[in-house]
Amino acid sequence: MPPEPARRDDDLPLAPHPYRVLEAGPETADTTTLALAPVTGEATRAFAPGQFNMLYAFGIGEVAISISGEPARRDRLVHTVRAVGKVSTALAAARPGQVLGVRGPYGSGWPLAGADGGDVVVMAGGVGMAPLRPLVYELYAHRERYERVEVIYGSRSPKDLLYYPELQRWRRRTDTRVQVTVDSAGRDWYGDVGVVTTRLPDARFDPARTTAFLCGPEIMMRLSAQALADRGVAPTSIFLSMERNMKCAIAQCGHCQFGPDFLCREGPVLSYAHLKPFLATREL
Amino acid sequence: MTALPGPRAVLGALPFLEGFPREFVEALTPLAHERSYEVDTTIVREGAPADAFFLLVSGKVALEVVAHDRPRRTIETIGPGEVLGWSWLVPPYRWRLDARAVKPTRLVAIEGAGLRALLDRQPAEGYRFLLRLLPVVAERLENTRVQLLDLHAP
Ligand SMILES: Cc1cc2nc3c(=O)[nH]c(=O)nc-3n(C[C@H](O)[C@H](O)[C@H](O)COP(=O)(O)OP(=O)(O)OC[C@H]3O[C@@H](n4cnc5c(N)ncnc54)[C@H](O)[C@@H]3O)c2cc1C
Repeated sequence: MPPEPARRDDDLPLAPHPYRVLEAGPETADTTTLALAPVTGEATRAFAPGQFNMLYAFGIGEVAISISGEPARRDRLVHTVRAVGKVSTALAAARPGQVLGVRGPYGSGWPLAGADGGDVVVMAGGVGMAPLRPLVYELYAHRERYERVEVIYGSRSPKDLLYYPELQRWRRRTDTRVQVTVDSAGRDWYGDVGVVTTRLPDARFDPARTTAFLCGPEIMMRLSAQALADRGVAPTSIFLSMERNMKCAIAQCGHCQFGPDFLCREGPVLSYAHLKPFLATREL
Repeated sequence: MTALPGPRAVLGALPFLEGFPREFVEALTPLAHERSYEVDTTIVREGAPADAFFLLVSGKVALEVVAHDRPRRTIETIGPGEVLGWSWLVPPYRWRLDARAVKPTRLVAIEGAGLRALLDRQPAEGYRFLLRLLPVVAERLENTRVQLLDLHAP
């Protein structure tokens, strides 16, 4: 990777950079994928899978959103936003041509280097697939570095699955197993139904040489991490992206403090070994 | 639907029966029948007598809840090696869910009344059998709890 130019925002760390919306495609009823590019015509910034940006809907507010596109592409920055409140609803409704503010990328990415030579398990729930998609792209870009790759993706219903055409393509590959499951479904769904952990017994991996990457609702991650640990995967090799709400993203405001960490700086990706004592603490 | 005589080999290969003494599996054999189902055929219907214990050999089965005023929902799918339910063991022995094949499915059906009588006659094996079944019940209950939490709600 070429060295990054000096960060423009070193002096003004909270100043967003204007990006124009190139494309805005609906993923599901409440989720939109946006492709953005700097209004200046420059390349987008390099990022590591698992990192996030702060996206600013001018006049409304700023929220943390994972980068969900291909790390290799520098002509566009891709984000998938689920409308849950004021800011995310404004972002999900953004139209091509509109300008949004972007600062980042921030946070620890997925520690993929440690997975070399072993098996990889990816477990995603709902919009948690967004920060994992760049990781899957990286796995495919360097497929020979890993042994077995197992992807398990769960959502509330079939119509809540993100990136459906892409999932279908991944499922056709013979070098990966992609299991998709939903919490419940109508009669037109012939796939699996059940929470994500119900798919784990069918996944083939050698627990002693497995690295697992998880993102989704916190309870889903806790149950999945526990199930992986029960199967023998080392808690130091299970990584969770803790998407607790953040404000400044530069470890100053303390909004995202979780146990001893600022999730925006030490996280959002941390190991289960590190997080476990705090995950079990209620109301943290 | 075709009913075939249950070959002992099929029973012996079922993970659910792994570790049971040979004599016990022998005693099950006359009660067991192999059946196959095409996609979209109903295997059991809610309210109907639960007269058999079903073990999946291959395929996939959707467990569906039927509410009169709403479209039916699949709440779980089960695959090879898994068991379909326990209504054959719990009075009044009626199915609580619909089960539908969502892939071409083969299963072994063990006659419910005969199986209960056998478990009564051989309480040690009967206890082991229940110890095998209870974790399945516990896991389904746990999964249902997780589904109830509606993890994906914003
Ligand atoms: C590192 C990181 C990465 C993220 N990546 C994505 C992403 O790729 N796509 C995406 O759609 N969202 C992502 N989020 C979540 C997103 O930041 C929140 O949905 C957003 O902040 C909500 O702001 P709002 O003003 O729209 O809603 P608010 O009005 O602030 O809240 C609306 C509702 O959403 C709940 N909520 C707020 N923040 C979160 C959160 N972080 N997790 C769960 N529930 C929350 C609130 O409790 C409330 O019920 C990420 C969060 C973090 C910290």
